[in-house]
Amino acid sequence: MLSRRAFVTFLILSALVFALAMAGPRAGLLMAIGIGFGLVLEGLRFGFAGPWRLIVVERDGRGLLAQLLAIGLVASIAFPLLAANGGELSPAHAPVGLGMILGAFVFGAAMQLVMGCGSGTLVNAGSGNLVGLIALAGFIGGSFLGSLHLGWWTGLASLPVLSLQGLFGANGGLIVTLAGLAALAALVIWRASPGKRLPPARLWWAAALIAALALANLVVAGQPWGIVYGLGLWGAKLAQAGGVDVAASAFWANPGNAERLGASILTDVTSLTNIGLLIGAFAVMRWRADPGAPATPLTARSYALVLLAGLVLGYSARMAFGCNVGAFFSGISTGSLHGWVWLAAAFAGSTLGLKLRPHVLRAAPQPKGAFA
Amino acid sequence: MTLPALPRPVVGLLALAALGLILAVDLAQSGAPDLFTAPPALALGSGQAPSGAHCTAQ
Repeated sequence: MLSRRAFVTFLILSALVFALAMAGPRAGLLMAIGIGFGLVLEGLRFGFAGPWRLIVVERDGRGLLAQLLAIGLVASIAFPLLAANGGELSPAHAPVGLGMILGAFVFGAAMQLVMGCGSGTLVNAGSGNLVGLIALAGFIGGSFLGSLHLGWWTGLASLPVLSLQGLFGANGGLIVTLAGLAALAALVIWRASPGKRLPPARLWWAAALIAALALANLVVAGQPWGIVYGLGLWGAKLAQAGGVDVAASAFWANPGNAERLGASILTDVTSLTNIGLLIGAFAVMRWRADPGAPATPLTARSYALVLLAGLVLGYSARMAFGCNVGAFFSGISTGSLHGWVWLAAAFAGSTLGLKLRPHVLRAAPQPKGAFA
Repeated sequence: MTLPALPRPVVGLLALAALGLILAVDLAQSGAPDLFTAPPALALGSGQAPSGAHCTAQ
């Protein structure tokens, strides 16, 4: 047991020293924040896709309430921080458009098929879930492919970027955001069954810790927590290594994205936190005396469908200007209207995904005499 | 055809190995970051405009 935990400690320290030594103090801090996200998400079982399933299927609103609490905590501090430090910190604002809404809807459906959202896919892969690892491979490819077509999707029909700060002012925007979250929480409480309304202490702690880490991300990186950009960048890097002229595409020719493409991923904010998140989830799984049962083996067809669903997950997250983290969590907590629209569209898609899941994820038949 | 049930630690190590592969490809392609141009530890209070890219980037 000691050697296993010593290995986990060594792994975490190595990741921190590696980022610090290779890319400087900000990279080291972002790696630490990412590891923190992984430890909290896996260690305290705080998720996004699962609670969205539970409120629909079991009328269990506790996980969803914890999500809303975390978003509200971040918003309460992020709004004044952004208002006072606009030159140094930027929000997660994006335009509402047809492609964005469609992307969020499809993302919601796909995340129920692979049993994980943006952060959930990384956590699942790191904690040893084979479905999560296969979905992550698809996610990386999909978010890169989505970046190649983003201009087409945004050209369909799109509003200008609208924020609650822009519509109501910094204080008014925060009040509207908190009122919206409170109204949603009331709806969840009304919908949930008795006994499944009040989050347990574990989720209160998780919500507070996730909020603290998200705020640390904003203060250190200058931008809110995100997932998809980093995964798309990894896909672009791999495609480039395979001989694809990625820089010729409109998205990657954009000066900001071209700079990221040419530089090491150790200088990319979302890549660093993604790496840390996966390592943190792995660390929790290996720290436990019992790492948990392996994921139930699926049929080959189901694994192929998981890869495809991961691809769709990444592609649609790119269309939607973010996943549950970049669009829903960070968008709403920094005042983006697109975060609210994303929530509505993705929740509708999630409900469809729940209906499709039994047809996609089919357990492989057990050989005679095998333990069930 | 079915795959065997892989233990969680094995799948987790595979995920870390994939991460290592991506980092190796990236280092071979882009080289190591220049530490002398590394940004200050905190964006807040740095006086610099945020330069990172986010999922909301277009």
